[in-house]
Amino acid sequence: MYDVIIIGAGVTGSAVARELSKYDANICVLEACEDVCEGTSKANSAIIHAGFDAKEGTLMAKMNVRGNQMMDQLAEDLDIPFKRNGALVVCTDREELEGLTTLYERGIANGVEGLRILTRDEALEMEPNLSDQVEGALYAPTSGIICPFILNIAMAENAFQNGVDFFFNTRVEDIRCDENGIYHLRTGNGEYQARYVVNAAGVYADELHNLVSSHKISITPRRGDYCLLDKDAGSHVSHTIFSQPTKKGKGVLVSPTVHGNLIVGPTAIDIEDKEGVNTTAEGISTLISKAGNTVKNLPMRKVITSFAGLRAHEDGHEFILGEVEDAPHFIDCAGIESPGLSSCPAIGEYIASLLKEKMGLEEKEHWNPKRKGILNPETLSIEERNALIQSEPAYGQIVCRCESISEGEILDAIRRPLGARSLDGVKRRVRAGMGRCQAGFCSPKVMELLHSELGLPLEAITKSGGNSHIVLERTKGADGGNL
Amino acid sequence: MISYDIVIIGGGPAGLAAAISARKSGIEKILILERDRELGGILNQCIHNGFGLHTFKEELTGPEYAYRFIEQVEEEQIEYRLNTMVMDISPDRIVTAMSREEGVVQIQAGAIILAMGCRERPRGALNIPGYRPAGIFSAGTAQRLVNIEGYLPGREVVILGSGDIGLIMARRMTLEGAKVKVVAELMPYSGGLKRNIVQCLNDFDIPLKLSHTVVDIEGKEHVTAVTIAQVDEHNKPIPGTEERYPCDTLLLSCGLIPENELSSKAGVKLNPVTSGPVVNEGLETSIPGVFACGNVLHVHDLVDYVSEEAAKAGTSAARFVKQEKTDVSSGHVVELKATDGARYTVPCTVNVDAMEDLLTVRFRVGSVFKNSYVSVYFEDERIQHLKKRILAPGEMEQVILQKKKLQEKPDLNTITIRIEAE
Repeated sequence: MYDVIIIGAGVTGSAVARELSKYDANICVLEACEDVCEGTSKANSAIIHAGFDAKEGTLMAKMNVRGNQMMDQLAEDLDIPFKRNGALVVCTDREELEGLTTLYERGIANGVEGLRILTRDEALEMEPNLSDQVEGALYAPTSGIICPFILNIAMAENAFQNGVDFFFNTRVEDIRCDENGIYHLRTGNGEYQARYVVNAAGVYADELHNLVSSHKISITPRRGDYCLLDKDAGSHVSHTIFSQPTKKGKGVLVSPTVHGNLIVGPTAIDIEDKEGVNTTAEGISTLISKAGNTVKNLPMRKVITSFAGLRAHEDGHEFILGEVEDAPHFIDCAGIESPGLSSCPAIGEYIASLLKEKMGLEEKEHWNPKRKGILNPETLSIEERNALIQSEPAYGQIVCRCESISEGEILDAIRRPLGARSLDGVKRRVRAGMGRCQAGFCSPKVMELLHSELGLPLEAITKSGGNSHIVLERTKGADGGNL
Repeated sequence: MISYDIVIIGGGPAGLAAAISARKSGIEKILILERDRELGGILNQCIHNGFGLHTFKEELTGPEYAYRFIEQVEEEQIEYRLNTMVMDISPDRIVTAMSREEGVVQIQAGAIILAMGCRERPRGALNIPGYRPAGIFSAGTAQRLVNIEGYLPGREVVILGSGDIGLIMARRMTLEGAKVKVVAELMPYSGGLKRNIVQCLNDFDIPLKLSHTVVDIEGKEHVTAVTIAQVDEHNKPIPGTEERYPCDTLLLSCGLIPENELSSKAGVKLNPVTSGPVVNEGLETSIPGVFACGNVLHVHDLVDYVSEEAAKAGTSAARFVKQEKTDVSSGHVVELKATDGARYTVPCTVNVDAMEDLLTVRFRVGSVFKNSYVSVYFEDERIQHLKKRILAPGEMEQVILQKKKLQEKPDLNTITIRIEAE
């Protein structure tokens, strides 16, 4: 029996787990997939928003601004890359210039620092590849870029280090509260019990909420298609470029990523299927046409991959955070759509302090906020790198050519707590397979490493768990030699 | 810092042939740096036959062809390092490489020969919509899994793209017991060799659908079906022509890209058409003393031509090291241009004083031409006019320039290769 069960190991669940791990409590995270960061958290714009977009007074606004403020310390503690590259909201229609002032004022009311309205010339000076149609821009220096995978993984690892249990491939199928107020969670992996439940199930949060409450909520998966461009194109813009939202709709953003690629997206298409992460031809062509509205000469020939993610859009377009009215001890973190990634540390903090109050939790004597990241040998001098290779030769063997990832890094990704168990798990931890050849060269080698480290037959190695095996069986006579 | 006369980046067919030719030109200190665990490059996974008809007048498999060169490298005692990744090349020819055994080493090279080969265009670069499940491979990755690792990716296969590796893999997968349901090709012609279409598709009754592309991939965890559709003249899918193929594997053979990340980081000028370096008659790039050959220079159809080209790069690099090269500043430099159906030329310039008696200029055409002529113009004057029954983008073409003809025209600035109706 756990004190708290958190459902979902995305950024929200992992942030709550990490914040709660400060306290003396018995906590676990149940995740339906084989790894952390498998849903909404893995496919988004990877932006830490400044916080001028959400309406004043909303939880979205509060959490976004607070989350943004927390990010420097969090990135330092978790040893993860984060860069405040600043954002520009670009206006390309003189008639709409007033709209920038509205955004500016909303940002001020939300507590966003450093906002400034730029003239056309100032904007172009800052970002020469803006569209020739630019009329002005709102500049938000606190906006930043982050790797959502690493943020998610690092928070989960740190929670694990501090005593939180994680169970993967454990989808919650039913929830029942007994007469003593204990929640019984039926999963594909047996039953789990807890006094408190935190529902951080992303696009499925409505289904879980509706199991325990008569006040129904409804989450619509809102699909966003993205294109990711080669690092060659990564410096096309240096700030995150938003298109000013107008009556004609929301545009798409163009931004460098923290790893130096260029990202373009998203579309916004409401769908029914909660696993419907397929891109469509219309989606991708919409992106390509819209991206040109704010940024000129985008080298779309440099696209290395396209993907789609689902935002967990709740009908009220507001974060639902807190105890469910008619389900005591059941805490919702629902409707976490954009700015969810930016808000996650604040949501973690908020939910943890709420539970601390309710449960009367005591702080642990030895809580360790620090997590050591996977060593990136490219940050070392040649001498340091050689010393490393001498003690750990695997760091001298490059496996992923495009991103220059060594065997040593991949082994660390597999061996560390909550380590990678699939090609995508390795990719999200160390970027092997994330480059321009998209795993063409390195996947057979990463498969071999997973095979030898996990002791699984090659046929059991998957792309991302479940039935996503890479190879089916040995070829005819491949065992030859043992005649 | 250790130093070598010539450092060759890549131990595939281009690097091996370049090394042997440099040695035959009298260079002692040659080093081949190979990132894989053995020499031979991509030939090691090309276990089908058909290699070497031009070079050896016999049909070899890829590994056999590679071995002929590896043997010579061994006989000549040319040094090579395996499992060694080149991390950087500087314009003053310092090569930074890394391996398990030696860590990061810097090597001063008298000359560098770029022979890194090419990579396959991934799905993402093709903007194919649909899910992103397991079961989607570039044809070369599948070839490695089947031929080197000994594992079958799936049993029911759709192939997009009719590049040579795709065609070869259609046959290989069939021989391994899989069912290849269809090969779809976006263009109205195949990107591969005619002989591969006959031997790999026709002989196994595998349909080739020209002007078709993939419009949807189904399957959340693993591929379950692929839908293809016919495309119009702008390569846009035509609604109503969709055909759905239940399958577990999608192979992509949609073009090869020369791997010039190291070259461009060093400042080597690239040709946007080939994505390979701009080179002169000696296959020297825009950085003096840095040469290029094989698929890193432009994607070849036959390995025989790679070996031939690489041998030339080896000789040129040797001349550079021995400082026998004609002073470029004083030479008569002629620009080579490709127009009217010809897409590019390798080399891009010819120094008439430095060239040998005969110079092979290779190029490809941009679409299929029947009963046409390959014409060579010196300015506006047509010098060569060769009838060709068929010209196709999948096959490399060549013309030969004679030094004495160029010397007759001291004012010549531009040579143009054109495809003409007659």
